[in-house]
Amino acid sequence: MKLKFVALLVGAFVFLFPFYYMLIGSLQAEPDPSVSGAFPAPGNLTLHNYSEINGAIDLGRSLINSGIFTGGVILGTLVFGVLAGYALARLQFRGRGLVFNLMLLIQVVPFQLLTIPLYVLIVRSYGLADSYLGMILPFLINSTAVFVFRQYFLQLPVELFDAARIDGASELGILWRVAVPLVRPALLTGVLLTFIGPWNEFLWPFLITKQQDLQPLAVSLSNYLTTVSARAANPFGAVLAGACVLAAPAVALFIVFQRRFIATNLSSGVKG
Amino acid sequence: MRKGPLGRILGEHPVGTAFVTPYVVFLAAVFAYPLGFAVYMSFHDYFFAAPGAIVERPFVGFDNYVTVLSDPAVRRAFGNVLVFLVINVPLTVVLSLVLANALNAAIRWRTFFRVSYYVPYVTASVAVVGVWLFLFNSNGLVNSVLGPLAPDPSWLVNSSLAMPTVAVYVTWKQLGFFILLYLAALQNVSKDLYEAAAMDGAGRWKSFLNVTVPGVRPATTLVVLVATVTGANLFTEPYLLTGGGGPDGASASPVLIMYQRGIEQGNPDIGSAIGVLLVIGVLLLALIERRFVGREEE
Repeated sequence: MKLKFVALLVGAFVFLFPFYYMLIGSLQAEPDPSVSGAFPAPGNLTLHNYSEINGAIDLGRSLINSGIFTGGVILGTLVFGVLAGYALARLQFRGRGLVFNLMLLIQVVPFQLLTIPLYVLIVRSYGLADSYLGMILPFLINSTAVFVFRQYFLQLPVELFDAARIDGASELGILWRVAVPLVRPALLTGVLLTFIGPWNEFLWPFLITKQQDLQPLAVSLSNYLTTVSARAANPFGAVLAGACVLAAPAVALFIVFQRRFIATNLSSGVKG
Repeated sequence: MRKGPLGRILGEHPVGTAFVTPYVVFLAAVFAYPLGFAVYMSFHDYFFAAPGAIVERPFVGFDNYVTVLSDPAVRRAFGNVLVFLVINVPLTVVLSLVLANALNAAIRWRTFFRVSYYVPYVTASVAVVGVWLFLFNSNGLVNSVLGPLAPDPSWLVNSSLAMPTVAVYVTWKQLGFFILLYLAALQNVSKDLYEAAAMDGAGRWKSFLNVTVPGVRPATTLVVLVATVTGANLFTEPYLLTGGGGPDGASASPVLIMYQRGIEQGNPDIGSAIGVLLVIGVLLLALIERRFVGREEE
């Protein structure tokens, strides 16, 4: 047991140290890559890097863009995903099996293969480059979330739905007043799992936003990393300050809601 | 419930069709149609033109594929991703299973450990790439700890170390997710089997090998497949960690080349051909992996 604990402790150090170092690095006036730099002197600490990166890439604007992108994806996934998940779990209609199999098949198609055709369609044919809609569209409904919602609706007792139907409730009414309130904790899990995707997504918004004031933070930060940073006084400090701002919301949400990510929640989605 | 003739045609709840319509439209518009379009482009001389302009895009057969396969940069990228997978997949399976197994035991600070292992996974790669650049820089912390043992040229600018470093980075970044998958799978391994193994005098290591490993085999299949698909989609890490696949293409991934050829250089037909080849490669690899890892499921 002792050995296991020590091994886990060493592992946790390897996993957390970069985050600690990210924070320290973002606060150092002068980058100090030596070992003692990991334990910075109070005199070397400053918030200057944060104003430096804010001057280069308008953090507020980028965060709002990340928020709109993420919010749009979550909204679409919740509204359309719950509808589809409920129908696949609880309603008998023609083509249900087909839709379900389609959903499973889709999970196998790598998004990257679709990058080029989607770029051609969305940017060239629909003219949605540099728009929130173009950013959100490919992620509008998350198939994994649909699958998880379906699993949760399946777990509800069938008598509940029969009773509501006998009372004359419409399917939309049943979904809204009976099913959704019962799976509310599951929906929160769905939201949290969906949040990580668009908040951290890089390739797609990178491709379709050229206008700086529309770019999510991940994109503007990477542009800073690849172009501007070489010329800055303390490039690592500014990059790490931006990294902290980008990482903070996701990490904070995760720590607050970490119980929602427990294994059982995930397993119901995995086992099928 | 009653079933009229109409019910037999439409099903008991025709309203379900309305509920799934947005989702089906989404799947058709964002997955099915682009998928077909990618294959179409890869067989035609497709180029960017002004919207609405009538241009001819003749069928060229396998020309784009020939171009792609005779491009040494593309071949190198496919080789690179194999190197990546050979390091990343086994490392992921072993580390996540061992860590999940340790976490599954009643142990102090369990929540703390779970949080620490999962934090890299929830964080944007763009953010943590910054720290890794700082850590693995030629005069970064890692090299100053290693002193004379530090590689020269340093990690990310060394043509034989760049790809392995990227592979280790991605393993570290994703491990939390796979640990969670294994934690879920470990719940399903019967306690009786461990007791029986203990009765037979099996030590901790023996019962890990003979009970745990076979017990989580379905999860292992999943972990291997998911890690392979994620690895084949590698883009952000080589793009940012090694300045676009350097040194000299040693860490370029197929998706990175696909982006460069398809969008930067304006040849979506070539890009699509790379994408199709990548998918075929992943499917072949997945079939082979299922043969080896998933065989006891059949």
